[in-house]
Amino acid sequence: MGERIKEKLEILADAAKYDVSCSSSGSNRKNKEKGLGNTGAGICHTYTEDGRCVSLLKILLTNHCIYDCAYCVSRKSNDIKRAAFTVQEVVDLTINFYRRNYIEGLFLSSGIFKNADYTMERLVLIAKKLRQEHNFNGYIHLKTIPAASPELIHEAGLYADRLSINLEIPTDSGLKLLAPEKNREDMIQPMTYLKDQLIKTKEEKKIFKSTPHFAPAGQSTQLIIGATGETDKQIITAANYFYRKFNMKRVYYSGYVPISYDSRLPAIGTEVPTARENRLYQSDWLMRFYGFQANEIVNDTHPLLDLDIDPKLSWALRNMDRFPIDINKDDYQLILRVPGIGVGSAQKIIAARRFGPLNLDHLKKIGVAINRAKYFIVCKGFMQIYADKRSDIIKSYILHSSKSKYLVTGNQQLQLF
Amino acid sequence: MQHVDLYYDGSWAGLLTTIFEIFEFKIVPLSLRSTGERQQGMFQTEREVFTQQDKADRVMHGLIAKVGKKGYAELWHTYLSELPEAALLVVRVATYYFHEEKNVRLNFAQDHILQMKKIVKSVSRERHRMKAFTRFQLLADGLYVALIEPDFNVLPLVQQHFQDRYADQRWLIFDVKRRYGLLYDGQSTSEVTMDHTATMAHATLIDLHDAQEELYADLWKRYFKSVNIKERRNMKLHLQHVPRRYWRYLHEKSFGMEI
Repeated sequence: MGERIKEKLEILADAAKYDVSCSSSGSNRKNKEKGLGNTGAGICHTYTEDGRCVSLLKILLTNHCIYDCAYCVSRKSNDIKRAAFTVQEVVDLTINFYRRNYIEGLFLSSGIFKNADYTMERLVLIAKKLRQEHNFNGYIHLKTIPAASPELIHEAGLYADRLSINLEIPTDSGLKLLAPEKNREDMIQPMTYLKDQLIKTKEEKKIFKSTPHFAPAGQSTQLIIGATGETDKQIITAANYFYRKFNMKRVYYSGYVPISYDSRLPAIGTEVPTARENRLYQSDWLMRFYGFQANEIVNDTHPLLDLDIDPKLSWALRNMDRFPIDINKDDYQLILRVPGIGVGSAQKIIAARRFGPLNLDHLKKIGVAINRAKYFIVCKGFMQIYADKRSDIIKSYILHSSKSKYLVTGNQQLQLF
Repeated sequence: MQHVDLYYDGSWAGLLTTIFEIFEFKIVPLSLRSTGERQQGMFQTEREVFTQQDKADRVMHGLIAKVGKKGYAELWHTYLSELPEAALLVVRVATYYFHEEKNVRLNFAQDHILQMKKIVKSVSRERHRMKAFTRFQLLADGLYVALIEPDFNVLPLVQQHFQDRYADQRWLIFDVKRRYGLLYDGQSTSEVTMDHTATMAHATLIDLHDAQEELYADLWKRYFKSVNIKERRNMKLHLQHVPRRYWRYLHEKSFGMEI
């Protein structure tokens, strides 16, 4: 059995790797009755050579699939090796990897074989076995198969920590072009069901502490970036919609890795848009932790993110009238808006200024990026000397004083000589 | 007020006792080192602190009352860093805490506090790394063994984590550098030490492996290779997350090799 399982693992891990989600935090499952495992720590046990966190055993149950979505490596018409795990094989791999502290748990997805319910049933069965037969309390992330029945999705929620369904293509027109057999409504329906169940469970837990867990780490989704020529505004608007409408815990952005000669898609060899992906994650953080509205980041006048500078700096330069911010007087929410000040620094500023006014040196030691922040603040002993400068001048000052790894214009070209 | 060079036995209780005596005898410490580092000869300005548990306990309670459990834990983390400046820094910060009327734990504008927070951050990062990079190998007798070599003495900081998580398996995590480990027998955890003649190395463990150990280690290596997206290769980021010094204990990197 040794050799075959090795090959299966290679095929089915390789096929699952384009799903970027690897989060194992956000759940609080305790180890009960001296069983195995718990969740909550969100540990990355290693990192791939492309720098992504490896926290979970992320595999497909099978890469056989009845669908032919152009962007997917497991599409029916693709000539690749196919494999399928048995239920017991997935259980054994999970338990044995977990006991050796290789992983935080299991991320199980699958190609769709026979039909949605047949596939979903197998995923649920594995989670159930892990929980009930092995008293496994580690993290389980299950994919919801589009168009699976509500009963199965409900059962999945009883065993899994997180459920997700990948939207993949941010626009309706893109989906029609690349996955004509797929129906957006089949994806939205399970999301709506999950959202309602999650709210219901939360309400019930307030009354009965013994209410069983239901996907305590909530639901998430993924959008592929750069496959269909969509704008950043379309992506961020879609993400914002899913955060608000479906209480998503996370929306993931996956720069499209060319895997097909299909003329509808970027050609093989096209660079993965990692810089754009990074700017989208920064925008996502601004919406979730910095109190930004989607239309402050991108709007009809500015539908694309600036790749040279981060979206917060971009916003600040468009809104110079909102500055300077007084470090020693203004509210936390305003301090968060200053480029070069993150959540950590902002909290430290609020804590430290109670003991006395802060100067530029203090801010530097706290961890503020002074080279960006200095154009937008006043503090003890520091007046705003840049206040009358135009935003394009400030932008060029900042670009020349920093080394962005993504910088394509400006000073990087000088390095050639 | 006497200005002296202090020596203590290197233990946490010893360090707390030192803080007590600084107040008791109105000492201004010029330096603070462990007795092991002491040079020959006793100078007028030197003084040795002898650990007394009751004094240590009073300082512990005093600190918790003043700056809370978190504040106390930060000092302990600083001590576990084993950095040469750590002991004196703990004393200076504790003295600052006791002198101030308010709880000044969050005064990030104070130099000693800031210096301590930096060390606490490093130690916490190392603690987190040991939760991540500790790799158990299953032995034929059912014991899961892991060898670690952390930069700081963080084993005490991960005990609870592993105890909670692996409650139904027997395990041993051994700090090769500091020659001690934690052994969980299925009920409770105890500290084990090793004398200087014994060795704890990969070579000795391999002979004791469970029949399936090589299979799972190999499967893990294959998994690690298969999830990589080569079009996105970014070794700089990879090394930032998994620095080379940890590789010898990671199967997916250079497990068992001398680096």
